[in-house]
Amino acid sequence: MQSIAGSKSSLTWAVHISVVVMVVLWLIPTVGLFVSSFRTADQISTSGWWASLFPAEQNVVARAADPDENRVADGRMFIVSGNLFDGEDKTISVWGTSSRAIDIYVAGDTADLGDGETITVQANGDYEWRGNDEQIAGRGQRVFATVTAPPEFTLANYDKMLFDEVNVDGMAKAFFNTLTVTIPATIIPIVIAAFAAYALAWMDFPGRALLIACVVGLLVVPLQLALIPLLKLHLGIGIGKGYLGIWLAHTGFGLPLAIYLLRNYMVGLPRDIIENAKVDSATDFQIFVKIILPLSFPALASFAIFQFLWTWNDLLVAKVFLIDATGQTTVMTNQITDLLGTRGGNWEILATAAFISIAVPLAVFFAMQRYLVRGILAGSVK
Amino acid sequence: MHPALLGLVTIIIGVSACIGYFYFSNLFLDKVLFPGKGPNAGRNINRANHVRPWLFLAPAIFALGLYLGYPVIETLRLSLTDRSQDGAFVGFANYQQMLAEPKFWEAMRNNLLWLIVVPAASTAFGLLAAQLTDRIAWGNLAKSLVFMPMAISFVGASVIFKLIYDTRPEDKAQIGLLNAIWVQFEGGAMSVLFLQVLPIVIIFLFAALVAYAGYIIFRPALSGGSGNLVLAARVASAALALYLIWLSLESILGIATAELPYGEPKAWLTVPFFNNFFLMVVLIWIQTGFAMVILSAALRGIPEETIEAAIIDGANPLQIFFRIKVPQIIPTITVVWTTITLVVLKVFDIVFAMTNGQWQTQVLANYMFDKLFRANDWGVGSASAIVIMILVSPILAWNVWNARKEMS
Repeated sequence: MQSIAGSKSSLTWAVHISVVVMVVLWLIPTVGLFVSSFRTADQISTSGWWASLFPAEQNVVARAADPDENRVADGRMFIVSGNLFDGEDKTISVWGTSSRAIDIYVAGDTADLGDGETITVQANGDYEWRGNDEQIAGRGQRVFATVTAPPEFTLANYDKMLFDEVNVDGMAKAFFNTLTVTIPATIIPIVIAAFAAYALAWMDFPGRALLIACVVGLLVVPLQLALIPLLKLHLGIGIGKGYLGIWLAHTGFGLPLAIYLLRNYMVGLPRDIIENAKVDSATDFQIFVKIILPLSFPALASFAIFQFLWTWNDLLVAKVFLIDATGQTTVMTNQITDLLGTRGGNWEILATAAFISIAVPLAVFFAMQRYLVRGILAGSVK
Repeated sequence: MHPALLGLVTIIIGVSACIGYFYFSNLFLDKVLFPGKGPNAGRNINRANHVRPWLFLAPAIFALGLYLGYPVIETLRLSLTDRSQDGAFVGFANYQQMLAEPKFWEAMRNNLLWLIVVPAASTAFGLLAAQLTDRIAWGNLAKSLVFMPMAISFVGASVIFKLIYDTRPEDKAQIGLLNAIWVQFEGGAMSVLFLQVLPIVIIFLFAALVAYAGYIIFRPALSGGSGNLVLAARVASAALALYLIWLSLESILGIATAELPYGEPKAWLTVPFFNNFFLMVVLIWIQTGFAMVILSAALRGIPEETIEAAIIDGANPLQIFFRIKVPQIIPTITVVWTTITLVVLKVFDIVFAMTNGQWQTQVLANYMFDKLFRANDWGVGSASAIVIMILVSPILAWNVWNARKEMS
């Protein structure tokens, strides 16, 4: 493909640029939320998140230190000196001493305040205010400045959403609940499906083809159909709404894909190994546990990731089978949709909450992408 | 008990119960029921091997039957009964009530829009990304970044895009990316170029592509010689293509004559009809990575010789892509398309989190949820679930048919 004669170099550039454009387009939404979660409510509501990546220009009012406490004598004059921003990293471009003229001096200028009183302000905010006993008294001199502040980010949102125990919007409990739902709902279907997949792949019995066809059919049954009957069933047999119910539901809904993926993988394992083991009078159970399971690790991992992402990100099943009126068992996705309703404009809360729930799947995704890709390739019905 | 502890106990009990069940049932089969020793050893081993598959399959069959098989029947039954009358049989009354509701038809129309736009756009972008990243050194990095949204929940993605669509009053700084870009347009030549000429060109290209595809599909019908079913399918696709072209021409006219309210920030999710597309963008953003991964593997599986032969014959890159590569991966494209179609039919979280069906964005799955848990009308809720099932069933049949063909 590299050998398309003549047009190679210009075409390669076009390809590079298109890919960059596409990647940027696909990344920007997530980056926007990510950046917003590190900004204060005030910053978010006054400028777009993209502005926070660059130094921002803003107008500030600062006051020189209290002269009665800080002035030092210099002959007959008194001097107050210090930094307007307490050492914060801001750069003054223009400034003034009255709200009507905030830009008449540039950094480094000395302003004449009349009768020999002066104030000098440097670009970094250092000032020197001098005058006689009467002038350097009362309150500190006000300075109106146009400053360039560097990007400023905070972890306060995460602190508040995760570790603040009085915060009713906090995500800590929901995070924990999600974890409680996810782990059993990932492990149990794997165990059940592995045995079934082995039977469908390596055991000969009447009706096998029909069962496989059933599994393929059930792969696409929309789970919307299952909501009412199963909720009725759960309420009827006393499980009610709760963790047990959602574990069972996720197990049921995850099984077709699990069986399908694992069976397709196991069928491809070399026949010799299994037949040799049989000759050595190993039972099916031993073959399964000692040979098939270890060899099927890639397929098991693929399905585990699928099921983990699906149960972690699920909203519908949790709403139907888990979350009751007390709200004690809310999961993160549900908590976020609630916040969207009650805190619609508070982007620092929404962005942080969303990112807390996104972070774990993203970590899993980047760590185990290889298995996810393999699972997707094997799982799409061909 | 603390839920975490409960979870841990459940994992241990659940997993050991499963393993224990498989272990002891096998032991029971081999040692007690049909012992492989004594006078009938040979017959017993055979018998045991007849029973064993069902031991392995039993929990799975039970769970599948209870959690997926039984609900299909039960939902069908519920859709014919009325909960407020103690589950009395009411025939098709629920369906009649549903068909009389404008919200249902709104959901159907929107679902059809989703069904056309999302699989098409995701597959097209996925194919583009797969082809482009195939040739470059940092292609794998680019791929994993485009693929990344797959890991993000629909709810998380909804929050992400709600921030993009956010609207502030006109005198405040816009913090939503879309409005921030939109208010930059002042109505000058650049605005006309970007907001009118460019979309028109894109839609025109789309219409041309549809026309070409329609022509390719329909052409064999002119010469005849194929079965009735194939002929009908060809005519139907040609009709669909004509309809899409008509829609495109209509929107070109609409865009050309539109008076755009420049400078005013817009509440994008409340603009009827177009807000559907803003919701679809979320799903397209997620599903493109999925399409890309599968199509990229398919593109790599194309035999080199076919491409080399085309190069020697003097084909240009576009010709190679459209006339050599794409025809060879049509089966994979179909798989991607149908898989995304299934996702679209069940789309719930995005609509629920972003608009909850307001401003004419209702879709079937959310309509059903509404009926179930807000209106508490299980009859109509079940009826709409059955509608989703009916829409899915052609794909179900096709998948099963393919799987059986592959196995025999």
